[in-house]
Amino acid sequence: MSVTTVFEQILDREHVYPFMQAGRHPNIDASHNVLLYLEGISVSFDGFKAINDLNLYINDGELRCIIGPNGAGKTTMMDIITGKTTPDSGSAWFGQTINLLELDEPAIAQAGIGRKFQKPTVFEFLSVVENLELSMEGDRGLWSIIRGKLSGEQRDHLHHVLDMIGLGEQGALRAGSLSHGQKQWLEIGMLLMQRPRLLLVDEPVAGMTHQEMDRTAELLISLAGEHSVVVVEHDMDFVRNLAGKDRTVTVLHQGSVLAEGTMAQVQDNRKVVEVYLGE
Amino acid sequence: MLIMNALKGDRGGQILLGVLLVLVIAVPLLNLMLPPDHLLHIPTYTVTLMGKYLTLALLAVAVDLVWGYLGILTLGHAAFFALGGYAMGMYLMRQIGDRGVYGNPDLPDFMVFLNWDALPWFWSGFDQFWFAALMILLVPGVLAFVFGALAFRSRVSGVYLSIITQALTYALMLAFFRNEMGFGGNNGLTDFKELLGFDLQSDVTRLGLFVASALALALGYLLCRVLMAGRLGRVCVAIRDAESRARFIGYRVENVKLGVFTVSAMLAGVAGALYVPQVGIINPGEFSPLNSIEVVVWVAVGGRATLYGAVVGALVINYAKSYFTAELPEVWLFALGGLFVLVTLLLPRGITGLLRRKEASA
Ligand SMILES: Nc1ncnc2c1ncn2[C@@H]1O[C@H](COP(=O)(O)OP(=O)(O)OP(=O)(O)O)[C@@H](O)[C@H]1O
Ligand SMILES: [Mg+2]
Repeated sequence: MSVTTVFEQILDREHVYPFMQAGRHPNIDASHNVLLYLEGISVSFDGFKAINDLNLYINDGELRCIIGPNGAGKTTMMDIITGKTTPDSGSAWFGQTINLLELDEPAIAQAGIGRKFQKPTVFEFLSVVENLELSMEGDRGLWSIIRGKLSGEQRDHLHHVLDMIGLGEQGALRAGSLSHGQKQWLEIGMLLMQRPRLLLVDEPVAGMTHQEMDRTAELLISLAGEHSVVVVEHDMDFVRNLAGKDRTVTVLHQGSVLAEGTMAQVQDNRKVVEVYLGE
Repeated sequence: MLIMNALKGDRGGQILLGVLLVLVIAVPLLNLMLPPDHLLHIPTYTVTLMGKYLTLALLAVAVDLVWGYLGILTLGHAAFFALGGYAMGMYLMRQIGDRGVYGNPDLPDFMVFLNWDALPWFWSGFDQFWFAALMILLVPGVLAFVFGALAFRSRVSGVYLSIITQALTYALMLAFFRNEMGFGGNNGLTDFKELLGFDLQSDVTRLGLFVASALALALGYLLCRVLMAGRLGRVCVAIRDAESRARFIGYRVENVKLGVFTVSAMLAGVAGALYVPQVGIINPGEFSPLNSIEVVVWVAVGGRATLYGAVVGALVINYAKSYFTAELPEVWLFALGGLFVLVTLLLPRGITGLLRRKEASA
């Protein structure tokens, strides 16, 4: 690096130094059509097995719904994939080449896994646009010195996402002033700014009206294909809407997979009925 | 260019820098040019008092940087301030030369008194100003870096972090109280004679220190403003408000915290170094946990996450403190506590928050 580039970097307040961001993994190898592998994963908290020998495979470009009663381990599973919780045993691979258990949260995020929390979490003090800007896919070197000035391509991406999440009019508002549903969308938008390969979406429609739910379903369905999307949700109408006739639904119970299949198959499964009806 | 952009829209900062500029020009004139009995004459005593306040304001800015923008409630920043002060104090001790009570050209008085026959190794180099200046930045910086690396990597945060910052400053206080540490024990370092060859008692030196303090505050403010007006500032606020969200979109939270914390500690060190020659003494009392807590009160009263609010809070409260401790000493701590409670309850955005609200509604 020449002295002038160093100097330019110092003057450029928008510059994202490597220390601010994790290393990137340019080559996610999903050549076997499977993007995420979870095999034999177990984790216990104080002796309680929250995840018990879990096996789960997510295909490239797939939209997968995961359902299960409270405490089934759905959120814990996402914690493991994103590096928040380290499992006691098992393996977790992203594509053929990335061992998720060796990475920490920022590194996994940079590798291409975005996560929406169960409780919507946005940067309340910052504006909607600033929220998206901060989440913009990483280290793009020299940003404009003037605050908020992005490169044309970045601005396009930002506006594209802004429209996609239906907040085109709200760009300048503080994120904290958005409605609950809008915050959920903004958070999904923040994930999209990272251009992730895999989106983990935990209970996206909690607190939404029916109209908002329908729009969220549309949004998530439109994301599948280009991204793989894993949605955890309790609302059965919403899941039915998402899964349609032929997408796969996975039922989690006591930390492992109880059943897997289309919505119709899962609904007819005796074990699933028992768990849900509490027999 | 960079600075102009950072100050754009920062009314408080513009006013602050303007006031500092006026002070830097007017105070020396009013002190030197006017006869002592003139109405507008500023006595040297007052100049030094003002200079002292400005260094405390710089300390408050340093605390606001980490607390206001990053949400790290540090209750140990007085430690970095005191370390900067000790580094300056050691230089000033070495400048005394053979003019001490015992007249020993090599050893400060307290070492002669302890029957030491040579300077401890960590005192070497402090006869050079450049070396002392380096240490003023490095000692607080390195300590903050090591402390922060340990604390932030293991993800200590919230109340626990506040408690260990208190423990840090308390431990340093106990250590510096010990004579064997070689920093003058509970008497600390004092009886300074000159700084860079200038007599510390002379009016001109005192004015020089005042001007240096004002410049340090202005530069420290600008540094913090430039850092916080750019992308880094937004990342800090993001970490403050939703740390795990920031982590899950790929930011290395601990590195950001570590960098900002270290810069802040260095600013505190500079503040301490300018404070010491103006008050004429540095002793372990400066490490007292209460001091660090007071700084947080200044920032809260002035208004968090504004930087200029920290300056206002530090000046207002320290002025009040000087007044109360002279007139009604027994009332001071109650007044401070009461003020803190009132501001927290009634003015969550501090004194400057009041003005900002007016501005916004006008
Ligand atoms: N950090 C933790 N410490 C102790 N127990 C935990 C921890 N995290 C999760 N658990 C427990 O593990 C179990 C699974 O929790 P998890 O949050 O994964 O369930 P979930 O399927 O997401 O439930 P919900 O539908 O209510 O969100 C629960 O019994 C929970 O109490
Ligand atoms: Mg959950």
